[in-house]
Amino acid sequence: MQSALDQALREARRAGAVRVHEIRLRVGVLSGVVPEALQFAFEALTEGTPAQGATLAIDTVAARFWCAPCEREFVSANYYSECPDCGTPSNELRAGRELELKSMEVDHV
Amino acid sequence: MCEDCGCGLTAGIPVTVSGHDHHDDAGHERPDHDHGEAHDHGHSHPEHSSDSGAAERHTVELRHAILEKNDRLAERNRGFFQARGLLVINVLSSPGSGKTTLIGETIRRLGPRLKSAVIVGDLATDNDARRLRESGAPVVQINTGTVCHLEADMVARAVKQLDMAGLDLLIIENVGNLVCPASYDLGEDLRVVLLSVTDGEDKPLKYPPMFHQANAVIISKVDLDRVCDFNREAATANLRHIAHHARLFEVSSKTGAGLDAWCDFLVQQHEAAKKRDPL
Repeated sequence: MQSALDQALREARRAGAVRVHEIRLRVGVLSGVVPEALQFAFEALTEGTPAQGATLAIDTVAARFWCAPCEREFVSANYYSECPDCGTPSNELRAGRELELKSMEVDHV
Repeated sequence: MCEDCGCGLTAGIPVTVSGHDHHDDAGHERPDHDHGEAHDHGHSHPEHSSDSGAAERHTVELRHAILEKNDRLAERNRGFFQARGLLVINVLSSPGSGKTTLIGETIRRLGPRLKSAVIVGDLATDNDARRLRESGAPVVQINTGTVCHLEADMVARAVKQLDMAGLDLLIIENVGNLVCPASYDLGEDLRVVLLSVTDGEDKPLKYPPMFHQANAVIISKVDLDRVCDFNREAATANLRHIAHHARLFEVSSKTGAGLDAWCDFLVQQHEAAKKRDPL
């Protein structure tokens, strides 16, 4: 979280912002990140920064696998990597490990 | 990152925005000088509270990968390891699943077949390093303080303390934790995740990111399976769902069961590592 905030504040400064209202992250369900833990850390870490009081918004990215036999992607809600149609386990994870700083809402002077 | 990224942030946040005046009107130099008094909203007239307001809200699109720095450093490590034909494994599990004992036994059994060294991470103490030194291998302990995982640059620093000459296998024992270490690439060839029979068969379902990324899963402490009512079928079924691509081993570091198969696997993987083209 500290490094996400670090990057966000650096970008805010570069953009000439004086205040950050919202920081939006994209977090994949297989990223290993616990959104509740991020929320908690965010409040503690933003204190005394231009992002104090800002909202942390999290867009969850579902796990998407590629099924080679069916030649199509499938979304897995429960992290299981078997194709719902043919049952073949997939080795290819195409989305779901993201941990990205997506955007910020800021005030400019 | 968790350790050093705060520096320079809280101290002197330059809220001043000196170089950036987006306003089209003149006064590029010092916006608050002569013109400033006349129509400067925010400054000396707070009661004004200003309709147009000095501030306007914008959305800044970023799309930065947060762990980009770690990933870059991990790739440097990987290049360094590959150029030396070294096999590097990252050993992960919850605390107390038997990583240290397994690593010690592995080194003993490999003996002269693979010359090994260990980097071990813990929040505090060098107890694991002392235990592992009994195996005869060189060991570097990393104390992470409050950090719950190892990062690529910690490994890079630890490697500098090792004599790499003639080394075949580098074993990195991560901090006992099934969550955060999953996000940090260290530059390893293989991720090895332990599931001890005392952990319970549903750990792979509860911590899918960690198990999903495993190249090998070791069910450890199998000598205790009866005491723990360990349901082997359920455990392997769960692992197949989450990590069907991982090689599965069942071992007991205490009785030695399954260790030969595990060590043979490492020797094969090392052969493959030596042949691989670093470019």
